[in-house]
Amino acid sequence: MVTEAETRPRLGTASALGALALGCSIALMALSGWLIARAAQQPPVLYLMMAVTGVRTFGLGRSAFRYAERLVSHNAVLRALGALRTSVYVRLERLAPAALAFRSGDLLSRLVADVDAMQDHYLRYRLPLRSGLAVGVLTTLALGWALPSAGLLLALGLLLAGVAVPALAVAVSRGAERRQAPTRGRLTTEVVDLLSGTAELTVAGALPERLARIRATDAELRRLAARSAATAGLGSGLVTLLTGLTVTGCAALGITAVGDHSVHGVMLAVLALTPLAAFEAVAGLPMAAQIRERSLRAAQRVAEVTEAPEPVREPARPQPLPADPFPVQLRDLSAVWPGREEAALAGVGLEFTPGRRIAVVGASGSGKTTLAMLMLRFLEPRAGRITLGGVDATALDGDRVRQVIGLCAQDAHVFDSSLRENLRLARPDCAEQELWAALAAARLDDWARGLPEGLDTMVGEHGARISGGQRQRLALARALLADFPLLILDEPAEHLDLATADALTADLLAATRGRATLLITHRLAGLEAVDEIVVLDAGRIVQRGHWSELALVDGPLRRMRERERAADALTV
Amino acid sequence: MKKPVDPRLLRHAGATRVFLAASVLLGLAGALVVAQAVLVATLVVGGFQRHDQLRQLLPQLGLLALVSAGRALVAWLTELAAHRAAAAVKSQLRAALLERATGLGPGWLSDQRRGELATLATRGVDALDDYFSRYLPQLALAVVVPVVLLAVVLRADWLSALIIAATLPLIPLFMVLIGLATQQRMDRQWRSLARLSHHFLDVVEGLPTLKVFGRAKAQARTVREVTDDYRAGTMRTLRIAFVSSYTLELLSTLSVALVAVSIGLRLVDGGLSLYLGLLVLVLAPEVYTPLRQVGTHYHASVEGLSAAAEIFEVLETPLPAAGTRPVPAEAAITVSGLRVSHPAGPPALEELTLTLRPGRVTALTGPSGAGKSTLLSVLLGFTRPDSGAVAVGGVPLAELDQAGWHRQIAWLPQQPVLFAGSVADNVRLARPDADDTAVREALRSAEALGFVQSLPDGIDTRIGEGGRGLSGGQRQRVALARVFLADRPLVLLDEPTANLDGASEAAVVRAVGRLAAGRTVVLTAHRPALLALADEVYRIPLPGPVPQPVPDAAGPVGLLPPAAGGR
Repeated sequence: MVTEAETRPRLGTASALGALALGCSIALMALSGWLIARAAQQPPVLYLMMAVTGVRTFGLGRSAFRYAERLVSHNAVLRALGALRTSVYVRLERLAPAALAFRSGDLLSRLVADVDAMQDHYLRYRLPLRSGLAVGVLTTLALGWALPSAGLLLALGLLLAGVAVPALAVAVSRGAERRQAPTRGRLTTEVVDLLSGTAELTVAGALPERLARIRATDAELRRLAARSAATAGLGSGLVTLLTGLTVTGCAALGITAVGDHSVHGVMLAVLALTPLAAFEAVAGLPMAAQIRERSLRAAQRVAEVTEAPEPVREPARPQPLPADPFPVQLRDLSAVWPGREEAALAGVGLEFTPGRRIAVVGASGSGKTTLAMLMLRFLEPRAGRITLGGVDATALDGDRVRQVIGLCAQDAHVFDSSLRENLRLARPDCAEQELWAALAAARLDDWARGLPEGLDTMVGEHGARISGGQRQRLALARALLADFPLLILDEPAEHLDLATADALTADLLAATRGRATLLITHRLAGLEAVDEIVVLDAGRIVQRGHWSELALVDGPLRRMRERERAADALTV
Repeated sequence: MKKPVDPRLLRHAGATRVFLAASVLLGLAGALVVAQAVLVATLVVGGFQRHDQLRQLLPQLGLLALVSAGRALVAWLTELAAHRAAAAVKSQLRAALLERATGLGPGWLSDQRRGELATLATRGVDALDDYFSRYLPQLALAVVVPVVLLAVVLRADWLSALIIAATLPLIPLFMVLIGLATQQRMDRQWRSLARLSHHFLDVVEGLPTLKVFGRAKAQARTVREVTDDYRAGTMRTLRIAFVSSYTLELLSTLSVALVAVSIGLRLVDGGLSLYLGLLVLVLAPEVYTPLRQVGTHYHASVEGLSAAAEIFEVLETPLPAAGTRPVPAEAAITVSGLRVSHPAGPPALEELTLTLRPGRVTALTGPSGAGKSTLLSVLLGFTRPDSGAVAVGGVPLAELDQAGWHRQIAWLPQQPVLFAGSVADNVRLARPDADDTAVREALRSAEALGFVQSLPDGIDTRIGEGGRGLSGGQRQRVALARVFLADRPLVLLDEPTANLDGASEAAVVRAVGRLAAGRTVVLTAHRPALLALADEVYRIPLPGPVPQPVPDAAGPVGLLPPAAGGR
């Protein structure tokens, strides 16, 4: 794991501190027993001073070491968690968008709950294991020095409680533990689904059924939790039993040893009381074993996200971006989506020179968006290549390619922040008037000026507080602000009323004059202005050329145009 | 500081009262520790001072083993009771929270953050575990156990009892002092955890957009900063929690040391027997332990208490007054002088007046932002108008039985939500009992059957939250199939042909034409092809000084002719 190296020294310190705290606790008990027994022999007080001081020291030491151990261990674990979250994000960043088949509710559950479960892995599995082991061995040796048979008995008791009981606990609850995390994930997905689809579920009358389904998942989770609680109970019960039996056994051995004078009577209290405290070292281990199972599964699920194959191979040593990225050439491009068999795109070739504007038209599913994905290096082509100024795009850093080729998508994400922050995403350093110029180009400036809080208006989650058209225009303004040399517009006028859409298309074509543009659309209005029209069908180019040529001949474009005309005719 | 016991939580604990009581009883059975102490003391005294042989002490050894078995049983049952005490309350609260959140409706929900509520309903509720299973039983034990043990110590040695009685109150005193400081931090901590997950979700969902603008890598730093802030905050909270348990432990250690010193001195001068000395020494820490544990469990359950406060905030939000009047059949819907404004924004609708006649297709057009979707939301009862009225057959909408009103309506929102599950499950939303044939028929009517059948498992293909794996147009048509299958008299369609290309649009327009037969349809549209289906067209202007209702079958001059149907 990424975080291992930076966590190990801190965890080592924490284990040592934990062992010291435990050791103090046991020494305190043993010494107190001795002290009282010795005191009962009524020696001069001076003989007892050492032991009295020792009792105080161990008492204070126990608290101090425990305090230090907790601080050090929590700090180490939280630090490791921050690093883990970041490394998970960094990984997701490489996978998005093509390889992220995980649902967002599930992602949320995974990254918050699973990462927390990994925190337990360190705090509640590794730490108790290490300090328990160290203290258990030392106590056994010490007691064995006083009375070998008692030492052996204690060793046996500790082994049973620290190894056999945890193993039993794991065996009993393994299935339940394994199923807990996925069930929890399902619950989260169902809750997120419920909350994001409340409106539709209400109208459809499906709300009660959905709530019942969540209750059922909840009940299943409860059954699994009951199973692990029963196991935890079994573990703590068995450890308590073993503690009592060991104390009884050691007392019996001690009494015998005192009887035949192989041990001094003062030691009897030590022999009986030490095991009582020593089991503190293993009391947490059955739980720790269960935690281990749970956290390993969580780690597996985190790994499932992070170890998915990357959809795009970034070059190990990327070439610098050529000074002039043009011409941008696409040759014989073919692509297949991960997990699919049929080609989404086959043998497509295009060429962009500065200022050249190409429109790609075709039915939904014809491969238009796949083309955009390839050009943005979100997807690796199956065959063919894209070159920028003669350099193969696969030899360039993906982020460099995206400095040249940008996108305004129909489903562009609007962040839960202010209008200004959403715009500044494109260019963090841009001036106020540039923001307004971009808004004006997207015809959003009048609206924005009318807002009581202007550019500081919060747009809500997924831009829920602004209308669909405004969201789209905001995305457009953002793309224009970024000033990409080659801009891909993926259905920019979608969600807009016809008049505004056509006006926007006209504005767009004006705004992109002199800028290389790929316009993805299904509406033909205004396409006279572009340099080339490419008609896609099932991933293949079925027709290409300038409007003036294509409109004349019988073919796919003409048929599309006639259909659109028939529809538009209704308006006249 | 949060009250140590939230009465609202106790009310919800009805289902588990038995188990809470059982937890307390089992805690009392912890008195077996007294028996253990007595037996150990007897054994030591017997072996050391009286030089008893093993067989003379066998009864005591047997009893000690028996007491151990008893303690083991108690430990096992304690875990079971603890789980049962928390489990039912958690499920109850989770169900109540979600029911109330959804009952308050999308209007209320859109202002709340989805991620925050989801976290509250999952992790927030789980955080109550410690509260119910550990803290509450311990609270009862903390009152009973010290009193009982103190009585035992008093009988054994009054001086030790006096020392313990004098030092014992220091523990709750310090607990209160420290608790005051912790609570506020915990509240803040809980909120920052909710923000953390919301922020993470927003960033992950926006990853493609971030990548386009070259900001994705920089966000890694933000994620790290946000989690680092969380760590710093958590450490501050934990430090207080640890200092408090350190203080409490130190207090009890010092108190026990006082007892031990006084015992030791009196043992030396023969004022106390070894048996009583041992007994008191083993019991003394046990007097402090339950009180200290209250402190520990309180810290563990504060997160739960903070979450509970947020849960109750939702649960105590009153539901909007529900209407009860039956829904008139075949009635016209009249909208008069309707005015709606966003909470923190410009007006969404101003002075709108129109009539929706039964069996007719009414189209709403107008520039984006004019409030077409807002009007649909008002018709659905999700948005309350600031002024003006909506009436169905003369009955104000607010007085209608909501569920009954919704049973009349099939609605296609602008951005339909597809739920985790199969395509068929999604289509069956309003009619869960519909068979596969009906689902196929609905998909066919929505012109979606073709692509659905080409999916790997046909109509049983699983699609995810947000419908990943389907294109915008495909999502739209699956959602339209829902409307067909729902088969309800009033149909509200918000941009049904958005996201569609020419060929699909024509298909959907045909479908809507079929849908309109015998139904009242209200649709918002930008596309002329759809408007051609409309019997009446209203153009809603941008909210501004001049309202322009055009309630005329002929539609605004030059924009639209009246049309009988789309076929």
